[in-house]
Amino acid sequence: MRDFVYFEPKTISEAASLLARYKDEAKVIAGGTDLLVDMKHDRLQPKYLINIKAIPGLDYINFDSEGLRIGALATIRALEKSAELQQKYPIISQTAHHFGSIAIRNVATIGGNLCHAVPSADTAPGLIGLSASARIMGNDGDRVVPLDYFFTGSGKTVLKTGELLVEIQVPPMPANTRGVYLKYAIRSKSDLPVVGVAVVATMEPKQGLCRDIKIALGNVAPTPIRACFAEEVIRGQQVTPALIEKCAQAAADEAHPRPGSIRASPEYKKAMVKVFTRKALEEVLA
Amino acid sequence: MRPVKDKQFIHLTVNGETYDVPVKPKDTLLDILRDKLGLTGTKEGCDTGKCGACTVLVDGQAVRSCLTLAISVRGRIITTIEGLVEDKELHPLQQAFIEHGALQCGYCTPGMIMTARAFLDENPTPTEEEIKEAISGNICRCTGYSSIVEAIQAAAKQIANEAHS
Repeated sequence: MRDFVYFEPKTISEAASLLARYKDEAKVIAGGTDLLVDMKHDRLQPKYLINIKAIPGLDYINFDSEGLRIGALATIRALEKSAELQQKYPIISQTAHHFGSIAIRNVATIGGNLCHAVPSADTAPGLIGLSASARIMGNDGDRVVPLDYFFTGSGKTVLKTGELLVEIQVPPMPANTRGVYLKYAIRSKSDLPVVGVAVVATMEPKQGLCRDIKIALGNVAPTPIRACFAEEVIRGQQVTPALIEKCAQAAADEAHPRPGSIRASPEYKKAMVKVFTRKALEEVLA
Repeated sequence: MRPVKDKQFIHLTVNGETYDVPVKPKDTLLDILRDKLGLTGTKEGCDTGKCGACTVLVDGQAVRSCLTLAISVRGRIITTIEGLVEDKELHPLQQAFIEHGALQCGYCTPGMIMTARAFLDENPTPTEEEIKEAISGNICRCTGYSSIVEAIQAAAKQIANEAHS
């Protein structure tokens, strides 16, 4: 690993000022479980490392009438263990449970997983399915970006120089809404996904009607993506096995995995998107 | 806020002792434990957080020391495998690993035991499945894991018995 100059700001504005000053030569570190690996392999060589983990009060998991707010420094382990989250947004705690090993979850943060922005980031599809937004702060003020639009490419986000992701905002789940994130991983559920599929659906319970649905896919494009055509297949419709099949196929058609991935060929990934979308639909629409 | 450019002395509390150690920003906790403090029980395996051989406790939580900057754990309580012995008595986990032959080459053992230690603190009466899940981030290429799971089960019982007696 190359040498770097290390900062431990105690406030968001201090961190934002450092980022504005050192621009592309600086990197933010929180848990470090992705970043340090990239630095050890010289894929990243920041001259300045800004450790935001010591900023107090940015690791909260709060619930109010507007839904859920997660501080960017909340660890994956905290998301996994929060009893209130398990009850109100089980898709998030279940995703956290199958995220790497305990020792990784103890330090890895939700903000880090999103900002690292790898296509395989496990936390993204479920949050996109929940219509979550990212609150971003810089010294010019703050803004809120829907998570659908947060990712701009592999490893890239809408964050501009001098900006930090500070909070994830999740609206309340409407009544009769269920969500699930399923991933296909080769050895165990804790591995990075070959493909990941999140489905969040609201049912009209008596009529078997799907009132609303969001489907998000991980690791089948440069960013996590919505499968919008697949959603249209089933939104507002009476749910039948044939429709589930059609929806799963539509999701597979929307996936556009790149060739040369170390985990699977594009054809295989598309086939797995179909399988896991079908499974996820069966689970939440049952 | 002052930048840290070069070596600076930091306080590290390891196994109950406080050390003043010269640390560069890029030094990992693993580097410092092994090379500066001579605590070579903690092993370097993959050096990328996947294998678990370097697992230590920071404030009681299992972390990868290879992915922890030493400078970022100033003032925290660090426990390594060397810190499990109390009054020259092995920790029940260490004893159980010996009794169940839960090691062959032994390279993964310190990380495995530290992971198990943090896990049993949180879940003193785990099921076999829970144990398997807890150690899923610690790779052992020798044992096939059964003897490790048995050892952790036995240690859990032993710890519970000691607490009752």
